[in-house]
Amino acid sequence: MNDLNPAGWRPEMGPRQHPAHETAAVHTATGNRGLQLEEPLIFEIGAPGGCGVDFDAVEGGPADALAPFVRKAPLALPGLSEPETVRHYTRLSRQNYAIDLGPFPLGSCTMKHNPRLDEKVARMAGFADVHPLQPVHTVQGALKVIHELAQWLCTLTGMPGVAMTPKAGAHGELCGLLCIRAALEARGDAREVVLVPESAHGTNPATAAFAGYRVESIPATADGRVDRAALEARLGSDVAAVMITNPNTCGLFERELKAIADAVHAVGAFVYCDGANFNAIVGRVRPGDLGVDAMHINLHKTFSTPHGGGGPGSGPVVLSEALVPYGPLPFIAVEADGELRLIEEEDAPRDHPGAFGRMSAFHGQMGMFTRALAYILSHGADGLRQVSGDAVLNANYLLRSLEDVLDAPFGASGPCMHEALFSDDGFAAGFSTIDLAKGLIDEGFHPMTVYFPLVVHGAMLVEPTETESKAGLDQLGMAIRSLAERARAGDEALKHAPMLAPRRRLDETLAARKPVLRWREPA
Amino acid sequence: MRYLPLSDADRSAMLAVVGSASIDDLFVDVPAEARLTAPIAGLPNHASEMAVERHMAALSAQSMSAGSVPFFLGAGAYRHHVPASVDHLIQRGEFLTAYTPYQPEIAQGTLQVLFEFQSQVATLFGTDVANASLYDGSTACWEAIVMAGRITRRKRAVLSAGLHPHYVETARSMARFTGDELLTSAPALVPAPDDDAVIAAIDDATSCVVVQYPDVLGRIPDLAKIAAAAQAKGALLVAVVTEPVALGLLESPGALGADIVVGEGQSIGVGLQFGGPYLGLFGCREKFLRQMPGRLCGETVDAEGRRGFVLTLSTREQHIRREKATSNICTNSGLCALAFSIHMTLLGGAGLDAMARLSHARAQQAVARLSKIAGVSIVNSAYFNEFTVVLPGDAREAVRAMADRKVLGGVSLGRLYPGEAQLAGGLLIATSECTTDEDIAALATALEEVLA
Repeated sequence: MNDLNPAGWRPEMGPRQHPAHETAAVHTATGNRGLQLEEPLIFEIGAPGGCGVDFDAVEGGPADALAPFVRKAPLALPGLSEPETVRHYTRLSRQNYAIDLGPFPLGSCTMKHNPRLDEKVARMAGFADVHPLQPVHTVQGALKVIHELAQWLCTLTGMPGVAMTPKAGAHGELCGLLCIRAALEARGDAREVVLVPESAHGTNPATAAFAGYRVESIPATADGRVDRAALEARLGSDVAAVMITNPNTCGLFERELKAIADAVHAVGAFVYCDGANFNAIVGRVRPGDLGVDAMHINLHKTFSTPHGGGGPGSGPVVLSEALVPYGPLPFIAVEADGELRLIEEEDAPRDHPGAFGRMSAFHGQMGMFTRALAYILSHGADGLRQVSGDAVLNANYLLRSLEDVLDAPFGASGPCMHEALFSDDGFAAGFSTIDLAKGLIDEGFHPMTVYFPLVVHGAMLVEPTETESKAGLDQLGMAIRSLAERARAGDEALKHAPMLAPRRRLDETLAARKPVLRWREPA
Repeated sequence: MRYLPLSDADRSAMLAVVGSASIDDLFVDVPAEARLTAPIAGLPNHASEMAVERHMAALSAQSMSAGSVPFFLGAGAYRHHVPASVDHLIQRGEFLTAYTPYQPEIAQGTLQVLFEFQSQVATLFGTDVANASLYDGSTACWEAIVMAGRITRRKRAVLSAGLHPHYVETARSMARFTGDELLTSAPALVPAPDDDAVIAAIDDATSCVVVQYPDVLGRIPDLAKIAAAAQAKGALLVAVVTEPVALGLLESPGALGADIVVGEGQSIGVGLQFGGPYLGLFGCREKFLRQMPGRLCGETVDAEGRRGFVLTLSTREQHIRREKATSNICTNSGLCALAFSIHMTLLGGAGLDAMARLSHARAQQAVARLSKIAGVSIVNSAYFNEFTVVLPGDAREAVRAMADRKVLGGVSLGRLYPGEAQLAGGLLIATSECTTDEDIAALATALEEVLA
């Protein structure tokens, strides 16, 4: 008997047989399917005039001087009572996959467990209910969190300084490139080009362009690493920086990074490292020892601040000795008596004259700093080393468990780092990565990163992270194996997946051709 | 190590499958001279939940929280009451621990929220469309300037004197590298913003005029007049709203002719958080849609014809267009957008109106009380919930002295404009529905004491 038992499915049970009584299509009047509930838009539930918040009555109207600016017509937004609101969002939440529900093996995204202690800590009043422009002596606790986290980041990366204010990874990339640009300008050396490997995240070339540089692409070698010869051949006095991801997006460590960095420095350029994949190496190698000049750290990846359905992130940038003088405002300085001081525009001419400026209003993502610091303190130096070790072990376990049914283009070159890369080579004609990915949805998993990196055909980039158990990996591996076999065999049913999710495949072409981006009152 | 599920037995079994003797062996590609063989020295090892909580609580206790004292700070970050249900709902794991909705079939919750959020922001701003959020108001403001440059093919932006100085600095830092020219000036302590000076600065090379509404001193510019003048010269009006609660009471910038409206959404649902994470709001005219930065959620249908939502028009974005993208933004402020949207759903237009009227009424009360203090003069003719007063001495000293009396009495203009001696007496005071009669009395008393 291989049917679902009262204890649920366990890995050792193997693939489930399909019981004859199971049918997918059940018609209901509501469109609901048991606990899978359809939910209208708030505009279709509520009406303008409704409200779920009580306010004290106001005596008198607006000041006379304000009258010319007052709205002519009431704001046409629906308001819902608290029970309606709670139900609306709770129902919507149930249409989402999340790390709390199962593995989220998106390569280069590092979707790991989000400890709830971190949520509790972030909500402490001395961090959450503090205004960014309070007098500095009233916010010492908040500043200490930033300073303590900064010290951890510097020590873990072997770098002398860190800019804490960037608001996400791409913002950190921008910060790093602007530091580099400021350093070059300070020596009167205007340069125009940033070199970016073709396997890089899209943010790298976009950032370089946003910072005013021209982008040139560097090819990859057959073993999935940056082509050092091609890169070194392109180096010259017009190159400001090279942006390298390490470990790279093929899940491999760039063995020659130190030699590349030496060559880059020899022509007076800088090495920017995309730290999106720092989770693979934290506690095991310090980017500062590899010649890196600037690297952002996605706190929402390596240090587990929740991704929240698309942010907020946080992207502090560690800086080398050569770039520290150019880091942005504000930053924290320690006084002789141990008090912390904020260096803002006022003190910059004296204390930080090279600062290139300010990345944003205020002091960065405090709510992410508290969470990341709690995460780091929980793990400590020994735990963080175990984090990278287990993350890499989990990825290699999946790589070796699946390489007989999925093509692993770089599997022969040795262990992968924190993510395993597969291609769709070997699938039946007409079948591609998308079919396997959508099949995973029916199996109850979030798909891996698909069609990225671009250097591999039909790429599937699987990053399990260290917070998956062996049993969890076995179940995920078995599901991928089953789907790979179906794709190789050309199982047409796979083309229709997902069948069991809240929605079937969505028409993205229609969405782009006739954009409907907001609700409007039906005509 | 409570967050790591693998046991040593698991690790051994898995290493056998991998064909390695140890985890350390998996790091063979790291050059030996750079490979660390033990935990980094000088750092503490792992700690219990109880120990970490104790440490963080001790740090938290070393800050004076806004809710613990009479509180009057604003200047781009405002303290409003956030209903308890908002924080409860954003902690649903299905929202909190989801990724960017790249797989729409299993992300309809996030996507529908984004669609509703875009609809709410567009309605609030009076724009045709709005995006799914940017980092914060200051970065949204720069993105608007860049976008206006793309649309008009001009590189000179006029920033009004009433634009938040951090927003100006953010733009200035970026413009230094992109070659954009920014015309800026510091505000003067006069009752109304100098709209005519802004208009006079517009010429045929101007890409956009950036005007904060209400402005950094709490005054209210005549957006309609500036919009007409800008558009007559082929320039765009970018309106910046740092206090969206104001739009519960004031006419929306879009209705007054703004082409692009950006803002800081922190006031609604997000909280103070010492400056971040916050929420960048971005709306514009539909004809500029394809020049917009950031993610957009759109309505479509699935294979069975059911309504559903997807991220769309991604050919503007970095993961498709790489160096030709409209922005480099990737991760944005999804969870803050959710908090904003839930709070806005609880409020509705009627609730935001009530919240705005109450915030304004408290400001009227504070103005009435503070204007009785000898030596204190009120700058603004019109204001919403924030206004500027001029003190006889340096307002920074007064702010520090009030804080020593356990009153957070406002933001000094000296802090915001350190190089502008003529502004040193200026103090920005903000109120909200959280402000009580007792708070206003305590502010007045503290100010009287420190000025005595």
